[in-house]
Amino acid sequence: MSVAEVPVARAVVRGASRGARVREIIFPASLMLCIAFAMLTLVVLLLDVAVDGLPVLSWNFLTSFPSQVFPERSGIQSALVGTLLLMVVCAVFIVPVGTASAIYLEEYADGNRWWNRLIEVNIQNLAAVPSIVYGILGLAFLVRGPLELGRVVLAGALTLGLLVLPVVIIVGREAIRAVPNSIREGSMALGATLWQTIWKQILPGALPGIATGIILALSRAIGETAPLIVVGAAAFARFNPNDLTSDPFSALPIQILAWIQDPQEEFRTLAAGAILVLLILLLFMNAGAIYLRNRYEQKW
Amino acid sequence: MRQVTERPESSSEPRAAESAAGAQKPPAAEPADGRVMGPGTAPAVEGVKAPAAAPDSKPVFAVERLTVSYAGRPAVREVSFGIEERRITALIGASGCGKSTFIRTLNRMNDLIPSASVEGSVRYHGQDLYAPDVDPVQVRKRIGMVFQKPNPFPKSIYDNVAFGPRVLGMKGEMDEMVERALRRGALWDEVKDRLKQNAFGMSGGQQQRLCIARALATDPDVILMDEPASALDPISTGRIEDLMFELKDRVSIVIVTHNMQQAARVSDMTAFFTVVVDDTGHRHGEVVEYDETEKVFTNPADERTEAYVTGRVG
Amino acid sequence: MEAASIAAAGGPRPNLTRGRTPRSVGENIIKALLFLAALISIATTIGIVVSLLAETVEFFSQVGIFEYLLGTKWSPLAGGDQKSFGVLPLISGTLYLTALGLVVAVPLGLGSAIYLAEYASPRARRIIKPVLELLAGIPTIVLGYFALTFITPVLLQGIFGIEVKIFNALSAGLALGVLILPVVATLADDSLRAVPSSLREGAFGLGASKPQVVLRVVFPAALSGIVAGLVLAASRAIGETVVVLVAGGANANLGIDPRESFQNMAAFIAQTARGDIAAQSVEFLTIFAVGTTLFVMTLILNAISIRFVRRFQQVYE
Repeated sequence: MSVAEVPVARAVVRGASRGARVREIIFPASLMLCIAFAMLTLVVLLLDVAVDGLPVLSWNFLTSFPSQVFPERSGIQSALVGTLLLMVVCAVFIVPVGTASAIYLEEYADGNRWWNRLIEVNIQNLAAVPSIVYGILGLAFLVRGPLELGRVVLAGALTLGLLVLPVVIIVGREAIRAVPNSIREGSMALGATLWQTIWKQILPGALPGIATGIILALSRAIGETAPLIVVGAAAFARFNPNDLTSDPFSALPIQILAWIQDPQEEFRTLAAGAILVLLILLLFMNAGAIYLRNRYEQKW
Repeated sequence: MRQVTERPESSSEPRAAESAAGAQKPPAAEPADGRVMGPGTAPAVEGVKAPAAAPDSKPVFAVERLTVSYAGRPAVREVSFGIEERRITALIGASGCGKSTFIRTLNRMNDLIPSASVEGSVRYHGQDLYAPDVDPVQVRKRIGMVFQKPNPFPKSIYDNVAFGPRVLGMKGEMDEMVERALRRGALWDEVKDRLKQNAFGMSGGQQQRLCIARALATDPDVILMDEPASALDPISTGRIEDLMFELKDRVSIVIVTHNMQQAARVSDMTAFFTVVVDDTGHRHGEVVEYDETEKVFTNPADERTEAYVTGRVG
Repeated sequence: MEAASIAAAGGPRPNLTRGRTPRSVGENIIKALLFLAALISIATTIGIVVSLLAETVEFFSQVGIFEYLLGTKWSPLAGGDQKSFGVLPLISGTLYLTALGLVVAVPLGLGSAIYLAEYASPRARRIIKPVLELLAGIPTIVLGYFALTFITPVLLQGIFGIEVKIFNALSAGLALGVLILPVVATLADDSLRAVPSSLREGAFGLGASKPQVVLRVVFPAALSGIVAGLVLAASRAIGETVVVLVAGGANANLGIDPRESFQNMAAFIAQTARGDIAAQSVEFLTIFAVGTTLFVMTLILNAISIRFVRRFQQVYE
């Protein structure tokens, strides 16, 4: 925005009318109010959760299994373990598949071919499909149907993985696109094959961006409730899943939902405690993403 | 032999750009944008006179009726000439006349642009580079390239040079190969104590010499240079030119340059490209004249070449 | 120069042919693997469509399509004669809750975006942008908790003294507004910043005041991008599950009283899936019928949004 023009415009306005001058103050002030409201909401929300939840937090809360009878002896061990397992399996799925898709679309796909355009539009569309619909997909194809995995960690993690895959692909593509073409050409001109160029030059350059996308995707997955409801995560799991393919599992959002909907006030405060744990996990993930971005991002 | 003070550096560039429209015009009055050129005024480009090959030199490239198109529209048309071994061949001409497009066909870098297509033939030591069974990777292994903007990899100086030998699986002691390449690139003394440092920390001129050394590490037969000094200051430019002279006895060099003085100083042979506007108003490049550099600059056969090299265009 | 003489004069012929080296085979295998990975997204879409349609067809073999689309009473889980499969109350509830969310998010989001793009100093941007990102990253279950434990009892019943039920549309709508506010703000900010500054300078040069420039020049120029963002935000609100499940209640409501309990399609699906119902029963099949309805609605909205984005890109690229 040109600074020089503003005083000129102001002078004109001053000559023009009083009302216009008032508008020049009121307008930005009301815009600031909008921002202030958004920030205030965040503050109030965090305070609301913290006031209810902080007293609940304790080592026992983290390590106990949930109880439907005694709120004071109830904890989130199975939910926390379930969430961590979901995240690990989800990452194992989305890291290779998302990165490979991004590489294919950026480096190999000829945009004039209809199937490549279809893949692209399709990913855009998938990003906007409601998460509950992914739950239905998981229920029909993974839990029941062709794969018949049952209500297990693997089914939940794959459902979440499919849900956040578009995020990984979209962010990954941006990171790959940010590697300048001159690097590609320099490498190819030395006789490197396309894959050597991708593996040794482009991926190292795009890695911080790709990693940021993966963390972003995982932090979306970790807070998702709806698909896990449909896939059938258990609300009050009295034990941790022993493996990924046979035991029922719980997850933090599912546990939180169960406590929120409990008519007893004491259980509702437990929800706040579990929310705090969830938010702290998210905070660590986001801090990790920011650190990666600042520490390793390649300046071209 | 070449003093820095003589160097006109980039002052000729804007003029070259301005003359883009004018270079191909006959004296007849033309609209300023140069888009209209009736069939009657089309210049005779067909019979480009190939010079008699110097008796002691062998051809590296024989280019025959080469036309390169992007998305079906020709960027250079009907280019035919031979490039000789162990000599420096300069490609000169105004912006947009297809010099860069042309040089990229010599090591199949144009393959990287999906819409590019090539007609005619480019023979490298007699072998058609565009034959269906030719592997572009094998081509680029032998024909190195240096680009307009220095493009070191964001790695150490050592790794930059070692990259080519590594991906090609070359046998031998890597440290020795790196040192040899850096010595040939006239960079060894400057960087031998900081081989592990990131190449991005070097000056622009050093980066470009690193890129040349990197290309030399795979022991190529030809090095293509696409305006290698256009982003550099006169001193760095001088170093690159000195380097070209030193390399000449081992490799053939093809250089695209906007800087006519540079072409006159360094090259043995010069090809002059110009922009031609066809009947449909589409612009493409053609070769007007190809000859010994001295002849092109002192006694050009074509009046458009003369106008360009003497700066009398526009 | 004769081609023949070149061939004769050339030295030993370099071998440039590709051959069936392990390397070139490997390159093709890698390309195929990458392509397969990219196909997973297509498989996902096919999977969604197949899983929805198969059971939806089954559903319509038991419930008339007009009864479903035009009926005004939704109580598929009720017993005996009380069962009714008119989806209109669910659709209207979904749209009503979305509208409430938009009423909150559109003015606040656009106001925030205009401030960010046109007024905020770079330093203020560096603070505000992460706050918006943080707000966007809050899991929706947390917003549901916020609606149930703060918006309803403290804000609505306490501060404003509105007689709302424990589960009510107003609270859920406000929470939806908070949910999509960052979406609106971020996308509108992007579109406003994409407007070339020459346009602003031109208007200032004519003596326009800053509010005039912003509202009459910059805002209209960014409109298609902003609309695309709004449509996307609406689609987020339409598909949201947990906020409505927690704060909106379980009442498929055809009315418009915001103090009452309202349910949307996604919350119905979640509630039904959680319940103890027999697979392949008609209750179970409603999950898929409602899922199809929701999927089609968001698909249409997304197509509209993509169209607007395309138009926006054409203008400035």
